[in-house]
Amino acid sequence: MTKQSPIPFYDSAEQKNLAWDEFIQTLRYKDLILHLVRRDVTSRYKRSVLGVAWTMLTPLGMMVILTVVFSQVFSTIEGYAAYILSGLLAWTFFSQSTVSGINSMVWGGDLFRRIYFPRSVYAISAVGTGIVNLLLSLIPYILVSLIIGNPLTINFFWVLIPIILLSMFTLGMSLIIASVGVRFPDVVEMFNVFLLAWMYLTPIIYPEDIVPSWIKILFKFNPMYHLVKLLREPIFYGQPLYPQLLGICTLISVFVLVLGWIVFSRMTDEITYRS
Amino acid sequence: MKLPIDLNSDMGGDTVIGIENASVRYFVPREHVPTLKEYAIRFLQRRIHNDEFWALKGVSLRINRGEIFGLIGSNGAGKSTLLKLVARVLRPVEGRVWVKGKVAPLLAMGAGFHMELSGRENVFLNGTMLGYSENHMRERFQSIVAFAELQDFIDAPMRTYSSGMVARLGFAVATHQKPDILIVDEALAVGDSAFQIKSMNRIREFQRSGTTTLYVSHGMGEIEKTCDRAAWLDHGHLRFVGDPTEAVDQYLNRKKADL
Repeated sequence: MTKQSPIPFYDSAEQKNLAWDEFIQTLRYKDLILHLVRRDVTSRYKRSVLGVAWTMLTPLGMMVILTVVFSQVFSTIEGYAAYILSGLLAWTFFSQSTVSGINSMVWGGDLFRRIYFPRSVYAISAVGTGIVNLLLSLIPYILVSLIIGNPLTINFFWVLIPIILLSMFTLGMSLIIASVGVRFPDVVEMFNVFLLAWMYLTPIIYPEDIVPSWIKILFKFNPMYHLVKLLREPIFYGQPLYPQLLGICTLISVFVLVLGWIVFSRMTDEITYRS
Repeated sequence: MKLPIDLNSDMGGDTVIGIENASVRYFVPREHVPTLKEYAIRFLQRRIHNDEFWALKGVSLRINRGEIFGLIGSNGAGKSTLLKLVARVLRPVEGRVWVKGKVAPLLAMGAGFHMELSGRENVFLNGTMLGYSENHMRERFQSIVAFAELQDFIDAPMRTYSSGMVARLGFAVATHQKPDILIVDEALAVGDSAFQIKSMNRIREFQRSGTTTLYVSHGMGEIEKTCDRAAWLDHGHLRFVGDPTEAVDQYLNRKKADL
């Protein structure tokens, strides 16, 4: 145990590239991210009887309710239950991960003020928890598809790519909103309301074709529209990823993540000054 | 902005913590601004005021290798802020802070613990939070639990622990590896006297092999007994640095004068 590591030296006057610095630090704390994810996944259901099964049951329950309520209205779609469920999986992942990441960065700052670790680990671990939940929810999704007879093809495995892109977009959004939220906490509340509106402006529970054409044009400016569509290609339609859509989604996700990272790493000092 | 400092002369030798003319300012909103709309209106009318609160003002201090250095002062004097500068939680607004070596902050009363999780899970969570790797924590796990004397309870949820048990586990995790600089913020006050002696012994042992300890306490007797030097902070200003007994005397005299 006498492994000699170089003596760390910290100098507050030394201001390197903030975004890059935050990135290096985050890599060094990767084990912390894994433990935070584990904590979130296990502790959330620790006292409930069904435990982690709730991760799968919650979207399933929502799907059943929405299917019963809307199946008469949107009867045009084959396998409507699977359509709703696939959209819900993507949306639940996005909304839960952003909200929990933002809340722990803006409100859960007690630890920030006592001990140093890169602030972005909270956002990353929230997305990590979301990925675990999303992957678990794919199990009930497969069951539902089998039951209602919606075809599953080998293309299903492409689902990993939309999940990665969705994660990048989600992380970027969390960092952007958290950066603004540190200064204006009201933005966090506004975001929660905005999320609801955003969900109804994205074809999650209704088929894309039923909306008037002017709204269809608006869809093009909605990143979640493209990302949800990309997720549905392999798991709902059983198609391989469509290159043009994949390109759009990659561009959006990379742009939002890079922007969020740069903005956030400039704000990290501010989090501790305002308490 | 880099201060004109000769690296070789200043950072060599036995100084491990250098604080040079450091100031820290917090923003405290003077009035509650309920909404963003309100904020926008007031911003346009230039009616947004943030009270500046200088938690530290122009503090210069040098702390040497192997010292147990005490910090005293009344509430809000800036003691914890000073510790945060050293733990790199805060960056000074003015001036400069440099720290040579690995810093281990000992957190007060189970901060960073998650009460629903077991002691075992918390050891790993807390250890990785302090910047250690998973493998490193696995290697040291047994000795941490043994030091905290929690072998029989380590798989029970932490909400079932007594406050003394929480404090013991916190101390054991933070000090399982000899740090270059140990920060103790009133964390030793909890726990029974047997454990207080045990933890003080560990701090002494570290000191002999060169660890510097920064020690904040309201127990004046403790400061006089354990510290090699002490500093008295008053409203963000450094009033005295040197002999602990002298520091305590000056601080207590001032308090008497205030009454």
